[in-house]
Amino acid sequence: MPGILPYIVRRLLWAPFVLLAVTLATFALGRFGPGDPIEVLQGQYNNPEVVERIREERGLDDPFFNQYGRYMWDALHGELGTSSTYLGVAVEDIIFEKMWVTVQYNLLALIIIFAVGLPAGIWAALRQGSWQDPFTISFLLLFRSLPVLVTIPILQYIFAIKLGWLPSSGWVERDILGLKLGIFDKRIIMPLLVLSLPGIAAVARLMRAQTLEVLDQDFVRTARAKGLKEFVVVSRHVARNALLPMTTIVGFALVGLLGGSLFVETLFGIPGIGRFVWEAVGNRDYDVLMAVTLITAAAFIVANLVTDIAYGFIDPRVRLGGRGGG
Amino acid sequence: MARALAVEEPLGEGRPRWRTTTLGRLVRKRLAMLCLAIIAVIYLAGILAPWVAPYAYDDQDLDNTYAGSSWSHPLGTDELGRDMLSRVIWAAQTTVIISAAVILTGGLALGVGLGLLAGYAGGKVDDFIMRVADAFFALPDILLLLLIATTVRDRVDDLFTGQIANWPVLGPIVDAGGSDYFLVFGVLAFFGWVGIARVIRSQVLSLRESEHVLAARAMGASLWRVLGQHLLPNVTNLIVVSITFSLGAVAGTEIMLTWLGIGVQPPHPSFGAMIFNGSGLSALRNHPNLLLVPATVVGLLLFAFNLLGDALTDVLSPRRR
Repeated sequence: MPGILPYIVRRLLWAPFVLLAVTLATFALGRFGPGDPIEVLQGQYNNPEVVERIREERGLDDPFFNQYGRYMWDALHGELGTSSTYLGVAVEDIIFEKMWVTVQYNLLALIIIFAVGLPAGIWAALRQGSWQDPFTISFLLLFRSLPVLVTIPILQYIFAIKLGWLPSSGWVERDILGLKLGIFDKRIIMPLLVLSLPGIAAVARLMRAQTLEVLDQDFVRTARAKGLKEFVVVSRHVARNALLPMTTIVGFALVGLLGGSLFVETLFGIPGIGRFVWEAVGNRDYDVLMAVTLITAAAFIVANLVTDIAYGFIDPRVRLGGRGGG
Repeated sequence: MARALAVEEPLGEGRPRWRTTTLGRLVRKRLAMLCLAIIAVIYLAGILAPWVAPYAYDDQDLDNTYAGSSWSHPLGTDELGRDMLSRVIWAAQTTVIISAAVILTGGLALGVGLGLLAGYAGGKVDDFIMRVADAFFALPDILLLLLIATTVRDRVDDLFTGQIANWPVLGPIVDAGGSDYFLVFGVLAFFGWVGIARVIRSQVLSLRESEHVLAARAMGASLWRVLGQHLLPNVTNLIVVSITFSLGAVAGTEIMLTWLGIGVQPPHPSFGAMIFNGSGLSALRNHPNLLLVPATVVGLLLFAFNLLGDALTDVLSPRRR
């Protein structure tokens, strides 16, 4: 494929600028906004002299671009600053622990999404024309259209209060093979449901459309004409070809899941990165916010890029923004 | 044009039969019509709230709090004895106002405009617009919303109460909580253009190479003429579909914004505020209808928008069957 290498290079060259803009915006919003981390920290009856002294020690009175430059310089060297809530703890020491919590149940949700969504999509496509196909797809659409902030309290009402099957919130870690895992506890069931149902709907719908497209192809008719069993036709000839484009949405799906973590973690009491950010905003914990913005934005950019490139490789018809003619 | 050519038309096929037109095909989808009806009922109730709602949204009846359903309060009352039905209707009004404002500015003006421009102009303009869109995509939007919630809110409030409140026409609107509406709308419009712009751009990219556009340019049509007369009509289908989906998304995001604290403030009702109010564990345990009433209405609305959007996609894109 000609043209893909320059495209990648161009996108990679843009990435630092995007990151710069994102961090600058976050930094400015934090610094120019009302509220002050030291005042939050010292409480209502603070001693103004002490507040002033701490502000000076941390360089919070320096000109804006001095502060920003200093932060970015340290960040490039792997120092993400110190948390002002967790007194004097380096951000990089807490943040990865919190991320691990978030990543483990999000990965599990991602696996569930594809494990259920892909077969559901194929199943619906094979029943096109019957009532089962539109019914399944519409039913799944219901979960896709409800915001998590609606589904979470409703699930809590049903499972925790009405049925009493599950605790309404919590996070219990177990030591398994030296890893701290919280996903082997019944408290994780509701968060997983909330996160995976909309995803299953999206994946199933996409998979259905892909399958329908492949089912129309000549090679499927040939396979059937050869007298292959229906299962073989579907699994070897249809599913394999329909799956190819699905690989491109894995990255986006994970990023989308992480976005929902803020609500899920806050409402279900999971000590992950989402709740950490929520607390950091309340405490004006600038360095934590910056670190999370930086890492998440970088992850978004990479996911975006990988997806675009994957599209190009899988379907060469996609013109990667090529400028032919015009 | 077709009439001027006056080719002999076979009887009865000169005009497409109504049933085969886009609208006709949509009308035949019963589910889509049901969705349209649901949306129409909720939106009309919202628009006509001052006349339809049995009570004002802040009418308290402290002797009759947490009431169940009755003839005077069909959906019961909340913790201050306010009629739930009336509050749902007024919340629908909030949704209508915000959705309309966001779609007109963020969706149509910014989204469609920038998408057309980026796709058609190409080169540096396209690069610039799309990289800005990338930056919006790269921002974890919830994080940015949080920051805006904590930082910009006070400034906007100051602006409104300090200056605009004294203006003749807008003054009463500010007194009625206009700054909250403005903030919610501003944030949504600010984020709302990216999706539509991307879709429109990718369509325009291929349209740009088509012969009728080339012909128009060869005849010396101006940029605005090409955009307005030759490209815009060809993307209307896309616009209709994206707007249907975004109307649902706006209603959903309002809930999120309220939860984050940028939403419409009490006593003004909104679906987000009502759901937030009803989703505490003690409210869930003792008075679940505080949650279930607004959740059902907003769930129906969002579901209807998504189903309708799906039906529209089916009807409008000829590639599918």
